[in-house]
Amino acid sequence: MNQHLEKAVKNIQKEYQAESRSFRDQISLSLDPDQIVEACRTLRDDFGFGILVDETAVDYWGRKEPRFEIIYQLHCREQNSRLFLRTAVSEEQPRLPSITAVYPNANWYEREIWDLFGIQFEGHPDLRRLLLPKDWEGHPLRKDQPIKVEETSFSFNYKDIDSRKPRVKR
Amino acid sequence: MAIHSNVTSVTLDEIKHLVSDRALSGETMLLNMGPQHPSTHGVLRLLLELDGETIINCIPDVGFLHTGIEKSMEGKTYQQVEVMTDRIDYLNTVGNNLAYCLAVEKLVDLDVPLRAQAIRVILAELQRIASHLIWLATQALDLAAQSVFLYCFREREQILDIFELVSGQRMMTTYIRPGGVWRDLPEEFESAVRDFLKSFPKRITMYEKLLTKNPLFIDRTKGIAAISGEEATRWGMTGPSLRGSGVDYDLRKVSPYSGYEQYDFDVPLGENGDVFSRYVIRVQEMRESLRIIEQALDKLPGGPFRSENRKFVPPPRSELGTSMEALIHHFKLWTEGFEAPAGAVYVPVSSPRGELGVYLESDGSPKPYRVHWRTPSYANLQAMPILSKGHFVADLVAIIGSIDIVLGDIDR
Repeated sequence: MNQHLEKAVKNIQKEYQAESRSFRDQISLSLDPDQIVEACRTLRDDFGFGILVDETAVDYWGRKEPRFEIIYQLHCREQNSRLFLRTAVSEEQPRLPSITAVYPNANWYEREIWDLFGIQFEGHPDLRRLLLPKDWEGHPLRKDQPIKVEETSFSFNYKDIDSRKPRVKR
Repeated sequence: MAIHSNVTSVTLDEIKHLVSDRALSGETMLLNMGPQHPSTHGVLRLLLELDGETIINCIPDVGFLHTGIEKSMEGKTYQQVEVMTDRIDYLNTVGNNLAYCLAVEKLVDLDVPLRAQAIRVILAELQRIASHLIWLATQALDLAAQSVFLYCFREREQILDIFELVSGQRMMTTYIRPGGVWRDLPEEFESAVRDFLKSFPKRITMYEKLLTKNPLFIDRTKGIAAISGEEATRWGMTGPSLRGSGVDYDLRKVSPYSGYEQYDFDVPLGENGDVFSRYVIRVQEMRESLRIIEQALDKLPGGPFRSENRKFVPPPRSELGTSMEALIHHFKLWTEGFEAPAGAVYVPVSSPRGELGVYLESDGSPKPYRVHWRTPSYANLQAMPILSKGHFVADLVAIIGSIDIVLGDIDR
């Protein structure tokens, strides 16, 4: 961990009571969903984390409460430091503020998370499905969606075939 | 007011907030380009708002090639996932293998022998050249230079032959494995690569002769889709598309992996950030890759080609008949797989298109809990509306080519 990253981590920890975790030299900070926009802004403006490299989610269905975690990865090019922010949202209220106002390229990442995990982003300018067709039902990267949706049907009876498809309604 | 009667396509109501008011009154035209269009380089759909010939708005619509590969990976062991990584970006198969293997190695804390690292570098750079050749071929073809297309494919064939030599496969190599590479290099490898190193610089000069001073090519590329370094950074662009705008950022230099720090090479930078700059950069990068390959080949270390850690790397076939432990390891690794400690890692590599990152999360079982691919084409395509605004429809072809997207990489 370089000095720059250390300073940024200390500052965020102090300001937002964030918990820090380190695994294989990669630092992640856990924040509350409503702190995330402010934390991103602080990191961008005061510490030079000008780039949102990646934003993704993980579903801990049946393992952890709250169920979902969103992972933001920020990068400061001048100091070459990378910082991960994690925030958790619950199954009942899968929504959190969007960071598109701070990092414009969060747009597609958040659309993808909405599409595949069903997590909504408040204040997102264009929250439509990105990868799946718009009439798709369900969010496939959730852990309660089976990996294998269809078994091979040796039949031309479409009613029978459709009844075997557990989650895709036609 | 549906643009298509098909239910799955976008209606004007849904994209109202993305187009100008003039589109609603019918003053400007909404035109659909793709998903089946020769110059979108795959199944990419662009919804264009046009004022005459000028693009006012460009709304990319992706997902036609979505295979749910991240979900499928959650159901496979770490070794099985490897095979799927090739299929994500079919022009950067070795690079995908490399990114994935580096992530697994970081997750389980596995060391890779020096020989394997050097082999990986040679192949990754050959792959970079092959990918840039495809890019050059299609970019030139889109701008009506057909001969370049044929020449580039001829040279790419040579690289694919080398891949076939080492891995038995031309494209989907799956040669790089966690802990090293699949098998040692064959004897003919060195001479095949040396032949390529000898013949290829002349070919690059030939491409440059055909294009760099070609007035038709210059007219179509210079000053088109210029983007400043700050803007490109803000939109998360990486790779040659970013370096074309003069931003000195290459992961091989700033956070070297697989021993890139030992090689002497330059990172070419563009000046104007337009289509032409991106072309110059990529051609230069091919020369730099040749330099890296030559150095890596000259000091290719001996020793094992994969780690001796039997917890993660299978024992050689020859030991199976004589050693009980080897048989147990072999059986365990190919049925159950190996367990990785619980935790999450992110490993970026520099792919021909930019930063390719693998986010790998493990829950302690032999299967990854979550795999996420931060793909460069995805990030670069997001800047498409910015790049294309104000240009002619005819230039769009050059712009799509210049950011070098692979749709498999975007839709995953």
